[in-house]
Amino acid sequence: MHITIDEEKCVGAGQCVLAAAEVFDQREEDGVVVLLDADPPEEQHAAARDAVAVCPAAAIAVRE
Amino acid sequence: MTSPSSVVVVGASAAGLSVAETLRREGFDGRVTLIGEEDCPPYDRPPLSKQILSGAWPEERVWLRDDVRISGLDLDLRLGVAAVTVDPAERIVMLADGSRVAYDEMVIATGVRARRLPGTEGLAGVHTLRTLSDARALREALAAKPRLVVVGAGFLGTEAAAVAREAGAEVTLVSDIEAPLSDVLGPEVGELLIRMHAEHGVKIITGVMVREVLTSGGRAAGVRLADGRVVEADAVLVSIGSIPNVEWLAGSGIEIGNGVLCDEYCQAGPGVWAAGDVASWIHPTLAERLRIEHRTNAGEQGMAVARNILSRGNPAPFAPVPYIWSDQYDRKIQIYGLPRGCDRFAVTEGSLAERRLIALYGQNDLVRAAVGINMVRPVRAARALVATPTPWDSVDLTRQGVTA
Ligand SMILES: Cc1cc2nc3c(=O)[nH]c(=O)nc-3n(C[C@H](O)[C@H](O)[C@H](O)COP(=O)(O)OP(=O)(O)OC[C@H]3O[C@@H](n4cnc5c(N)ncnc54)[C@H](O)[C@@H]3O)c2cc1C
Ligand code: SF4
Repeated sequence: MHITIDEEKCVGAGQCVLAAAEVFDQREEDGVVVLLDADPPEEQHAAARDAVAVCPAAAIAVRE
Repeated sequence: MTSPSSVVVVGASAAGLSVAETLRREGFDGRVTLIGEEDCPPYDRPPLSKQILSGAWPEERVWLRDDVRISGLDLDLRLGVAAVTVDPAERIVMLADGSRVAYDEMVIATGVRARRLPGTEGLAGVHTLRTLSDARALREALAAKPRLVVVGAGFLGTEAAAVAREAGAEVTLVSDIEAPLSDVLGPEVGELLIRMHAEHGVKIITGVMVREVLTSGGRAAGVRLADGRVVEADAVLVSIGSIPNVEWLAGSGIEIGNGVLCDEYCQAGPGVWAAGDVASWIHPTLAERLRIEHRTNAGEQGMAVARNILSRGNPAPFAPVPYIWSDQYDRKIQIYGLPRGCDRFAVTEGSLAERRLIALYGQNDLVRAAVGINMVRPVRAARALVATPTPWDSVDLTRQGVTA
């Protein structure tokens, strides 16, 4: 699994962090998503897919 | 209970797409029919009053998924055609083009449409803002730097006022409430928003209704207020709320009212579910019937419905922590929970003067909502106070006031 993010689309909702805290964080100053792990291990895959689904800005994409 | 072999999703936007994607993600390999009245792929609405209205983004940035991803879902995709009736006993949906689609499970995700001022339908110079073509029309009108009257100071009206002002329009914001968003966020934040918009040069008229749109030469020429005052304008944006798209369900036996009336599992009857702006359901922990018109809920509720459909008779109640955001000028407002109707208000970090704060809202001695303005990470931490019932008195409050 490979994850990409679109910083410009991100609205800083933080839903991705709530779904997969090992994979995503947010910048302190404006809340824009920070990708902690672009190629997360197997056990994070389901959580990362949840993050894609709940991101309200369609800012996360995964390639499998 | 066996798994269904076909699911029909009516409404091809945020909620409908979330249902379709989750079904596939959970391994459902039956037929998924996605029916959408709009003649374009699923797109996102929040940018319409922000980057699309301002012209900062090209329009193609609003597509929720690219073509490859949509075709990867292997959908029976019917775009540009509305569902016109449904027979829930026979489990068949009838479409405007005369076709009929059978289903085992149907999800209603038809959203809402903009409420209009009576008599303004089709009148040149009067705008609403719900669809991509609405946003395009308003953006084109803004290019002439018009005098714009925005009727209604909710999220939509205030965001559009900010964008229009930055685009050089002369903006008057008229609202029947005492301050922008004060019905949701209380007078303190409402006051902050009045000052912010005024500093950016928006004229604000509050506490008065718009009686009618004035015309001249077949075009909107301004509005007359209930107190007789007239505000002249070249364009009028009507942002006075919305109406759930449920008329097509009339007579079907599916219970409708303020939306599609569902239980705590988002189910409206055998084989019938609803998600997104159109869905009214009973929030199990808040013990309240809610219909939430916000983007995050559409995705989460779509996901919950898809999982319940595949749950083999073991559905889970849908119990989200509601989340809303709004961008106005350089401020990002974020809301967890339901601040409307709360009777306690306290700023716990930052301050109203800095326009950078965390505020808590309480009711019945519990924290009901956390609101952040330009404090993105702290508000995510404050979410915990809303997610689990937290007594108001247990929170360390640096300042405490009372709303309303
Ligand atoms: C300008 C604007 C700005 C917004 N900004 C924010 C924001 O900043 N933050 C936030 O949280 N939320 C925001 N929202 C709200 C958010 O966009 C909605 O909550 C979200 O779009 C709801 O998705 P939905 O799929 O439930 O409904 P909709 O997006 O309304 O989609 C319903 C779809 O169903 C179709 N349809 C209707 N009837 C039929 C029928 N009979 N047959 C077939 N198809 C039908 C419609 O054409 C439509 O495409 C904004 C909304 C707007 C309009
Ligand atoms: S959920 Fe989406 S919008 Fe929110 S912070 Fe993560 S990437 Fe950004």
